[in-house]
Formats: sequence, C-alpha cells, structure tokens
Amino acid sequence: MRIDAILACLLLAQPLNAQGFAGMGTDAEGFAVPQPDPDFDFPADHGPHPDYRIEWWYLTANLDGPDGTEYGLQWTLFRSALAPGEAEGWQSPQIWFAHAAITTPDRHFSAERFARGGIGQAGVTPDPFDAWIDDWRMTGADFDSLALTATADEFAYAMTLEAQGPLVFHGRDGFSVKSAQGQASYYYSQPFYEISGTLTLPEGPVEVTGSAWLDREWSSQPLSEDQIGWDWFSLTFDTGEKLMGFQLREDGGEAFTAGTWIMPDGQTATLQDGALQATPLETSEVAGRTVPTRWRLTLPARDLDIEVDAVNPSAWMDTSVPYWEGPVHMSGSHAGRGYLEMTGYD
Amino acid sequence: MNRAGLAALWSFWRRNPLQLFTLVAGLALATALWSGVQALNAEARASYDAAASVLGEGRYDQVVPRAGDGFAQETYVALRRAGWQAGPVLEGRFDAGDTRLRLVGLDPLTAPAGLGPVSSAGDTPLQDFLAEGVIFAHPGIAEALRGAVPDRVVADSGLPPDTAITDIGIAQRLLNRPGEISRLILSDTQPMGRPPLEEIAPDLVLQPSQQSADIAQLTDSFHLNLTAFGLLSFAVGIFIVHGAIGLAFEQRRAMVRTLRTLGLPLRQLVLLMVLELLILALVAGGIGVMLGYLLAASLLPDVAATLEGLYGAQVSGALSLQPSWWLSSLAIALLGTVLAAAGALWQIARMPVLASGKARAWAVASGRLRGLQGAAVAVLLLASALLTALGHGLIAGFAGLACLLIGAALGLPLILEAVLTLAQRRARGVRWQWFWADTRQQLPGLRLALMALLLAMAANVGVSTMVSSFRLTFVGFLDQRLTAELYLGVDSADEAARLQAFAAPRTDAILPLLSVDTRLADQPTQLFGARVGPSYSDNWTFIASDGPVWDRVADGRAVIINEQLARRAGLWPGDSLAITRDVSLPIAGVAGDYGNPKGQAVIGEALFRDLYPSVRATRFGLRTDDPDALRDALVDEFGLDPGQITDQAALKRFSLDVFERTFTVTGALNILTLAVAGFAMLMSLLTLAGMRVPQLAPAWALGITRRELGRLELLRAVILAALTLLVALPLGLALAWMLLAVINVEAFGWRLPMYLFPLDYARLGAFALLAAVLAALWPARRLARTPAAHLLKVFANAN
Repeated sequence: MRIDAILACLLLAQPLNAQGFAGMGTDAEGFAVPQPDPDFDFPADHGPHPDYRIEWWYLTANLDGPDGTEYGLQWTLFRSALAPGEAEGWQSPQIWFAHAAITTPDRHFSAERFARGGIGQAGVTPDPFDAWIDDWRMTGADFDSLALTATADEFAYAMTLEAQGPLVFHGRDGFSVKSAQGQASYYYSQPFYEISGTLTLPEGPVEVTGSAWLDREWSSQPLSEDQIGWDWFSLTFDTGEKLMGFQLREDGGEAFTAGTWIMPDGQTATLQDGALQATPLETSEVAGRTVPTRWRLTLPARDLDIEVDAVNPSAWMDTSVPYWEGPVHMSGSHAGRGYLEMTGYD
Repeated sequence: MNRAGLAALWSFWRRNPLQLFTLVAGLALATALWSGVQALNAEARASYDAAASVLGEGRYDQVVPRAGDGFAQETYVALRRAGWQAGPVLEGRFDAGDTRLRLVGLDPLTAPAGLGPVSSAGDTPLQDFLAEGVIFAHPGIAEALRGAVPDRVVADSGLPPDTAITDIGIAQRLLNRPGEISRLILSDTQPMGRPPLEEIAPDLVLQPSQQSADIAQLTDSFHLNLTAFGLLSFAVGIFIVHGAIGLAFEQRRAMVRTLRTLGLPLRQLVLLMVLELLILALVAGGIGVMLGYLLAASLLPDVAATLEGLYGAQVSGALSLQPSWWLSSLAIALLGTVLAAAGALWQIARMPVLASGKARAWAVASGRLRGLQGAAVAVLLLASALLTALGHGLIAGFAGLACLLIGAALGLPLILEAVLTLAQRRARGVRWQWFWADTRQQLPGLRLALMALLLAMAANVGVSTMVSSFRLTFVGFLDQRLTAELYLGVDSADEAARLQAFAAPRTDAILPLLSVDTRLADQPTQLFGARVGPSYSDNWTFIASDGPVWDRVADGRAVIINEQLARRAGLWPGDSLAITRDVSLPIAGVAGDYGNPKGQAVIGEALFRDLYPSVRATRFGLRTDDPDALRDALVDEFGLDPGQITDQAALKRFSLDVFERTFTVTGALNILTLAVAGFAMLMSLLTLAGMRVPQLAPAWALGITRRELGRLELLRAVILAALTLLVALPLGLALAWMLLAVINVEAFGWRLPMYLFPLDYARLGAFALLAAVLAALWPARRLARTPAAHLLKVFANAN
C-alpha cells in the first residue's frame, strides 16, 4: 500500500465499505449519534466531541481589497475519528486535517495539513478558544473575538474577527436533518463576524476587510447511503438578512434541500425540504470536471429569485478529497455576497 | 550489389576463422569483465535504493540531532507548530528471537508524499495500520517477527532485506524508546515565514539530501574501485579488438580494391563494413554480457559479504537482470568497436581505388610520430604527478592513476624500440643483428598486445603489493587489539552481572565491550566505553597523541578517535569533540584502525555508563593465563553454551576472512585481466605469423633452419615479455604507492605503510614469462613447420 494511497483513503477514515460522498454515508458503528432536542453547553461545545466520527470548524469570508477587488478566504479544521473516544500519544484514534484557501478573481490558492491526534500537533480547546494544526490557528479569549492565521508556500494570511451578532442554530435548535431517512448532525453557525487583516499573496501583502461566517458541525453519519454530494450556500444580502441553504444530491437525481433564513438580529426560520430550489444555470470546466458555477435559487416564501455567480469559477480545492469552494455574488430579487461549496462532482 | 559485397566481406572471415575468433573473443571478454562489474555495482545500488527510498533518504532533506541518536518528540511537535513540514522517523535494531532486524517507525500522515513504496500485499485500512498495529516486514524476516510481537505482521517484498516498517507509536513500544524520535524527513514544500531551525530546536541540524544516503556514501569508494577495474579490463580488451580489426582491414585491402573496381560505390562499401562490424559487436557483446552475468553471479556472494562485513550494507545475494547494466554493456561494446575501427575505416575510405592490394607488414612509426608519442608520454606523466601532489578527492586520485598508466603504456613501445636499437648496434654476428632488427620490425604489430601485457602485469604487481602490505599490517594490528584470550557474549544484563562475579576471581582482567552507534562530528561513529587497564595501555599504539592518553580517558577527561574519524572530520589531538549535546572532550590520541569504514571513538567506562545508562554490556573479553581451563570452567560450572565463547585465534581468523573476501574480488579480476592480456599476445603472434613469411624467407634461404627460426620466435617472445616486465615492475610499485598513499586515504580514510615482496614479484615474473612462452609456442611451431614451398614462393612472385 503506497503511503499516498493510505493518505487518500485516510480522509474521513474511510473503511473498505465506505458509502456516500467521502464515506460520510457509512454506518455509525459504535460512534455516538446526534439526537433531537440537543442541549448545547457553551463554551464547552465549541470544543471537539471525540465520540462522534466527523466534526469541523469551518470559516469562510468575503473580503474587499483597498481597490475594491473581491477576495474569498477559507480556513477549515476537520476532525475525523477512526474509533470513538480519545487516547494519549500516537494511540489516539483522532485524525486532524485542515484546508486553507484564498480566492481572487484570477487565481485560487489552496493548502492542506494533516496531523495525528494525541501528540499536541493539532487540537481544539474550548475555553479559552484555541483551534490549531501545525502553525495554523484560530484562537481568542472567547468565540466572539478571534485571531486567524494560516501559512502555505505560496500564500498566507493573518486576520482578526469580531462577532456582531449571536450564534445561529440550524434545523430544529441545532439538530439538522440531512435526508428523508433521518440522518442528522448537530449544526450551528456564527455568521455575523466582521473580519479584517492582511493577505500575503505572491504579488505582495493586501489589506482586506469584510464579513465572515463560521460553521460548526459534528455527526457520525451525516449522509444517507445514496447521497453523492451536496451544494451548500451561505449568502449575506444587502438588506442584512442571511440565508444558509444546501441541497443534497441523490443517486437517482432527486435532491433533499434544507436551509435557514436568518434575520439581521439573529432570529431564524427553518426551511423545509423542497422550500428552497437550486437550479444550475451554467457550468465550467475545472480541474477536469464539469462543475456548475452559476445557479438560480428560489425561495417563494421570501420572494427570493436570485442568480448566484462565482467570483472565480476555478476555485477548485486541490486536496486529498477535492471539491469546489469559493466566493460568489448575487443579483436578482436580492443582491449581496456569499460562499458556495460543491462536492461530489467527479 | 549489397549481397555480393556482404558475401565478399563474410568470405574473408570464413577464410580466416582465427581472426574472427580473436575479434569476437576479445570483445566478448572485454565486455564480460565490464558488464560483470557493472552488474555487481547495479545489484548493490538497487539494494541501497530500496533502503534509501523506503525512508526517502536519497530524495529529501533531513533533520538530525547534532550528537547522539535521538531526541524528544516534543521537539518535533514544536517544529510542526512553528510551521515546519516534517515527518518523524524512529529507527533501531530489534531482536526477534535469533533474528536481528531493522525496525523503522514513521507517521503516515506526515511522511512526505511518495515515501515508502510499500507494495500492496492486501488492503490494510488505515485504522489497522495506526490503531491495531500492523507491521510490514521483508519476507525473509516476517516469520521470525511474527513469533516475537503481538501485532499483525504482513510480508512485503518491496522492502529492503531485514527491514520492517510500522507506525511510529508501535515502533516506540517495540524498541522501548517511548517519546523518542531518530530524525525528521522534510517535505519539499515548506510554508513561508517559518522560524529557523536553531530558534526552535538548537540541538538539531539540517542535513541536505545529497549527504543523507549514509550507505551510498560509505560504499561509493568500493564501487568506484570495482568500476576502475572494469574500465581497465575493458581497455585491455579494446586493445585486442583494435589490433584484430586493424589487421583484418589491412588484409582485406585487395578485396576492397576488387569490390570497388567491380562497381561497388565507396560509401556503400563503408556502410557494409560498418554494418558487419556492428553485427559482430552485437554478437560479441551479447556473449560478453552472458559471460559477465556468470562472472557477477559467482562473485556476488563475496561482494555481498564484503559490503555487509565492512559497511553493514544489505545487498541481495541473488543477481537480477537489470537493464541498466546489460544495456550499458552492449552500448559500450558497440562504442568500443566503433572507436577501435574508426581509424581503419577512415583509411579505407580514403584509399585510392587502385592502391596496392598487398598487406603491408605494419609500417614502422616515422620519426615525427615517435616525437609526438614521446611528447604525449611526458605530458601524461607530468599530469599524473601534478594530480597526485595537488589533487584532492578520489576522482583526482584515480585520474592521476589513469594518467600514469596510459603514459606508461604509450611509452612502452618507445622504450622497447630504444632498447632493441641499442641491442642491434651492439650485436655481434649477422644472425643476432638480423634477430634484433626483425624484432624491431615486429614491434608495431605486437605493440598493442605488449601494452596490454604491461598494464595487466603492473596492475598485478600494484594490487598484490597493496593486498600483502595490508595483510601484514592488519595481522599486526589485530595482535594489538585482540589481546583478551577469550571473548564471550551473554543474553541478558542479569547473566552479565553473574558472569562478572563468577569470572572475577578466575581471571586477570574482565573487559566489558560497551558500544553504541551514534553520530559524532556529523559522521556515523561507534562510541566505545573502555575499562582502562594494561590490556589497552600496553598494546595500543597511536598515530598521534597529546600527552598521557589512557589516564585521562579513564578519568573521563579525554577521548580517543580512530584515523578515519580524524581525517574525515579534520580533528587531531588537542581539538575538542562533542560526544553528546552536553559533553565535549579533548582528543588525547588518534589510533590507526585498519579496514573500518566507520569512525570510532573511545571514552572511559564510567563516563560511558553516565551518558548511556541503558546500554548494557553483553559481550566481554577475559584476560587469563590459561584460556582452556577458564573456558572449561565457564561451560561446566557457569553453564555457558560453548558457542558463546570465542577464542582469540578464531576471532582473528574471522576478521582476516572478511578482508580476504574483499580481495578475492579484485584478485579474480586481476587474474582475468592477465589472462586477457596473454590471450592478446597469442592472437597477435598468430595473426602476424601468417604475414611474416616474406620476412623470414630470405633468412631461411641464407641458411637458418626452420626449427631455428621457430626457436628464435620463442626467444623473441620471451625477451619482449621480459623487457615489458622490467618496465611493469617499477610501474606496478608506483601504482601500489598511489593506491596506498592516495586512493586508500581518500576512499577509506586510513593509510597503510608500503612493504615490498620480492618473492611475489619474482613469481609474477615467472608466470608472465611462462604465459609469453605459451603464447608464442603455437605460432613458433607453425613457423617451424612452414612447408619449404611456401618460403620459396616468396621469391617466385616478388612484386
């Protein structure tokens, strides 16, 4: 077994009988399973949950440079467990990996890191909040005020974030169902960050400001067996309202959609399956795949009919399990900016 | 027209099968020696590559401790948290029952991409590798390992011999080195802005990739030696080929003239000749490659044993057909043939159509050419002297050697010409004047064979001098070092303690052998802890020392290093050497250490136990007046297995054995080279014999009988061989000096004194003369039996 083959099947601890995208549709097998009516305990729940199989701290940001250039930024830390629980040293069953990216209108940079749990190379402590892998960090006295850094051979960034609103819980108070069969995850976000800092690109440093959105999610079987991928949108409208929406694509062409409509003050309205409709309008050839980079989103209940367009269609994450992730802007009934993530397009 | 041309060319070989045989055999032998050596080198290198690529030694930079053999894994985490992209490796020797193997642990998540070509022996999910503890092992040791560890062992033939790979956590447990790491392997891409190594880990040092391959570095010199021998043999073979092709072309001048007058265009003719040569070269090269394979297969066990004994390098004992060596050998055969034939082809191309069809019996070199040749010789000898005096490194040493040999080879005909001219002038009597003149006239024809003979003889003298000097010195050295009468090994620390208690009243001294493999001054080194006493202080001699040595070593205030370490690290008595990150000691003495490719350092026992408390002595030397009685006591009363006790004589024999095997390889190549040179002489004489009839006919007509002519042929061969031997002897001694004083020092780091062995030289001389006689016997007999009619015909058709 070549080491790179080991690494390739490493992501999300994919056993031989893996199902669904990146094995996320595989049976929970001994891991804890999210239950309805969660009882969150903060700041402890900002930290890791080793009894669940997969977990992430997912930050995306829409930024503007001094000359108005649009940028996108991503910082994601994943935890993947080979077995439930934690152990000291190399025996730990926890595997950590992270993705960092910067998207400009012309270029897309991405980087990946891997780490073993249990030896101190990566981890998250909830209070004070510190999430790290190698020299990538998201840290702060509490969740509302964070410093964010990442470095790679071609790019780096150092940012600060200030929350301007409360945490938002998706699904039923944080219990987010992903399919008709009932697979679910615990899912909350902090979508109200204001972010500023410096991007270091090959051309030189750029001072940027903008808004950022942090997703927190953990589960043991987030997908059903026949779900091959998803398209996820996080949108901020000029009116101050926000929308989180995703569509899970199934084998037969069906889709399960869900979402959360977020008011400027943090109040939420959960969208049922089918309420949000996402239709691809235009595709692009990216990294040898055909990926839709322009979408039409409709949500009749809110009179929403918008076109979502990628700032840079080539925002392909060239990582062990590759996917598309990049900034978008919207036009139509509502205008604004956001982030789009698409997986399962091979 | 092509077919006719080819048929004509081929008919020449049919009529002169001897020349065809010479050509093919010469090329085949030359290729055989070259390809045999290449096969040995390629096989060894493939084994190193397997070892190197498993751990990425050859390709990646590494981070290693400055001193000692490991560091804490917290340092690794600190480096990662500072941004350094590195993968940890823990390596050590593991005993699985009787089998000793190398256990390597790494972290698959942080190992650089492409590391570890562990071929798929079945799908092992990552969680098994990390959590359950799967160990991949070379098939040769997999069984033994299964019996010794609770973890699952999977055999994988992609690993180097005697190696097993597993997760670093498992390795730490099995090697009993919790929290330790041997070194780090750095990724090719590193993020920007990370702090320098000294800031995070001042005890670690960056080792760039070309220095990482310890094994390749150590064994390079051995392979260079082998390759040099291969080249020498090949050169000798090409001499033969050149001679045969030149002669063939000379004899085909009439045929060429006929073909051209029949209408075959010149270009086509030349192309046909080239085609013919290429076919012959491929056939001969093919035969040579097969012979070379056989040669290498028979020598490989010795080479493998040498490499393991000297360097600890693991080389597979079975020869595999690697395209690299047989393709390169065929290419060399083709190239050699082209080079050898270039001159002759050029002449044919320029020859006017109606030029004389008679073969010329090798025109004597004109005065101008001789001058040029003399100048070339002078230049080469001067270059050799300069390279020796001013050059550094193994390449310069070998270049100097090559210049010397080529210069001498070119100079030989000049010397022989001068001697023969002198003899001719001083000769009394017509017969002797004719004899010397005829010998002179034959010289250009025999020139190449004699040059080959010179090189072969000089190589023999040189290498045998080196080997014998070495053996003589080494035996004396062993006597110095192996002073204890009995050596024994026990299995555990408990047994060791009991043994020391048991042996104390029965022996004069107990010498524990404490050692650890480490790196000192950036060199792979063995560090010893010595229980200082008369055994050491009375017997060791130093190349250089600085005040009282053994007292200071015993007190832990000084260290002794061997010549290799001293030369490689540029250290001498008085300089300071870092033993571990905390302890540095001044060097009290430099000791000779013949035959050891690694560095060695000796400190006092007390200090050693302080620095390496976990190392237990399990081998001991016992001083006694009555080794037999002591051995009986140990076996009968203490209960040691007789196999655990070695006596001094056996140990000396074993050490000498390793070196005998080294020189078996070079010895074999030596003999073969001499045989090839002898063969060259035989062939030259045979082919010349056919052409000499016009020169001999007048002498016969004037009254010298054919039998006497035959005897004079023999005499001529002996005289020429003897003269060559006279030149070969000083050349061989110069060669030996260069090998001992220059090449050996550059390659191994230690210098041998040179001893002379007149008896050996006399024996070699006798053999060379015998070979010359044998080579000349057949042509002489043929000459003596030449029918009178053939000799008469010369006068009938004088043209």
